Amino acid sequence: MAGGVPGVGSSRGVPRLDPEQPLPPGSNRSRILGGGESGSRSVWVAVASTVIFFGLAVVLIVSSPGWPEIKSTFFNGRIFSESFPKIVRQFSTNIFIFIVAEIFVLIVALFFAVLRSLPGPVFAPLRILAIAYTDVFRGIPTILVISLLGFGMPALQLQGLPKSEVFWAIVALVLVYSAYVAEVYRAGIESVHPSQTAAARSLGLSRMQSMRHVVLPQAVRRVMPPLLNDFIGLQKDSALVAFLGVVEGLQTANIISAAEFNYTPFVSLALVYLVITIPQTRFVDWLIARDRRQRQGGTTL
Amino acid sequence: MRKFLFGLAMLAIVAAACAPEDDTSSAPTDGTTATDTPVDAATCAADASLVNDGMLTIGTGNPAFPPWWEGGTTQAHKEWEFNDPYLGEGFEGATVFAVAEQLGFTPEQIEFVPVPFNKSFAPGPKDFDFVLQQISYSDKREQAVDFSDSYYDVNQALVSVKGSDLEGATTLAELQGAKLGAPLGTTSFDYIDQNIQPTEEPAVYNDLNGAVQALKNGQIDGIVVDLPTAFFITAVQIPKGIIVGQFPTVGAQEYFALALEKGSTLTECLDLAIGALKDDGTLASIQQEWLSDNTSAPVIEG
Repeated sequence: MAGGVPGVGSSRGVPRLDPEQPLPPGSNRSRILGGGESGSRSVWVAVASTVIFFGLAVVLIVSSPGWPEIKSTFFNGRIFSESFPKIVRQFSTNIFIFIVAEIFVLIVALFFAVLRSLPGPVFAPLRILAIAYTDVFRGIPTILVISLLGFGMPALQLQGLPKSEVFWAIVALVLVYSAYVAEVYRAGIESVHPSQTAAARSLGLSRMQSMRHVVLPQAVRRVMPPLLNDFIGLQKDSALVAFLGVVEGLQTANIISAAEFNYTPFVSLALVYLVITIPQTRFVDWLIARDRRQRQGGTTL
Repeated sequence: MRKFLFGLAMLAIVAAACAPEDDTSSAPTDGTTATDTPVDAATCAADASLVNDGMLTIGTGNPAFPPWWEGGTTQAHKEWEFNDPYLGEGFEGATVFAVAEQLGFTPEQIEFVPVPFNKSFAPGPKDFDFVLQQISYSDKREQAVDFSDSYYDVNQALVSVKGSDLEGATTLAELQGAKLGAPLGTTSFDYIDQNIQPTEEPAVYNDLNGAVQALKNGQIDGIVVDLPTAFFITAVQIPKGIIVGQFPTVGAQEYFALALEKGSTLTECLDLAIGALKDDGTLASIQQEWLSDNTSAPVIEG
């Protein structure tokens, strides 16, 4: 086994494999190195080709005729160091928005997913309602839902209806992302074999009890990776509240950009988003890998 | 190893494919170092390099908001909303046609292109010779673009609605608790941020319509905009709208300027044209014609 190569042969419960033998599909071989060659040579080739590729890319960009202008317009050091702290400070609004929205999405989406999974002709109206909901809110661009609610609902001038842009932005994001996540949940629910429900029912559990104690626990565990992917999408879409006038991360970047006639603040904002989202994407990858390991472990042993 | 060499070859092909284009356009020369300073704008413009030869290509925002642009839409230029800039009406419309005349262009030689505000300072080749859309001069912005001399000295003003707590306010202290808004890209936000400094965080809208909608909805208490725009909002956009007052200038007089690519050869020509229009009174009479109703408002003291 190649020393220092992460992931190779480290999985518990999987019999150690001869490195010269082709690995079975879906095994935990490092995706960065790719399949094919093996041993220290593959590491060497990977390092060399990576260095050459990115080296060429950098040389190509830096030697382009427009580079000095791009550098001063997008990568201005002074504007970066001035804008970054301001953007981080205003980004707390985005964090508030997406955390509250995510909590409600988990609940609302589950509600609609269960609604859609109800069997029998009696529940047809509820199923139709759930289908219509997912169709409508998956079909409309998020920016439209946000501006329709954010500018439209307060325009009704109804007593007791909140006027806060942040409130309506959260409502809009919950409506849109619940439609996506409801479908994710539904896929999870349908992936649980019907025999599970049959077994639960034969043990005397009611339909709701077997859903609650047998189907959902398995379904939710399976859909964690796609669910987190949708959450990353939601976090990025929290920038759309800028459209309603809320001075959050994106609008702060817009303001500084307009005052300086420079795009560096957008690079600052992009960094903030990467710092937030990359750990989550890594976490999703880790979840997928763990899940695969566990299931393979289950079949091999 | 063969696979590795093949990979390298592929990389080389990719690199060759995106090799930089030949820079055929001559680099703009610095106008300030010209040895023979032209005496009038037309002579100057004859030597300036333009985006389209023989044409003056002017960028402005679409929709073209009154009172800067007037005359309504036309069938001939359907792509322009609110007002067709080719009509040459409104303060900026009349000014830009007068500037073009000074530069030696007939109205037929003028072409307008829509330029969103944040594209007016984008790097790379421009599709306009200069852009005007109530862009305020600032020394920070001048790091990125060239600016002409002032074509309009501007003051900020506060718009609200009848019955608002802000109605009748005469001091900045009375605005402290207000939720104020401003359109993006204006210096109005800076005025709120630096001079009014309210306790409520101000809102910033992507365009004027967003700010107006929020004021109508009662989501904000007031909008800070330049004075002529304030008159437009109260006259047309919000029937219940009122101008609470205009703000005193803090520091240097704020002014609108034409913006050009950094180092453009046209900059000094525009300065000559604007200078001539100021000297012969044309600019004053254009201002009288299009903004005369829009000059008096009570002053909100600091």
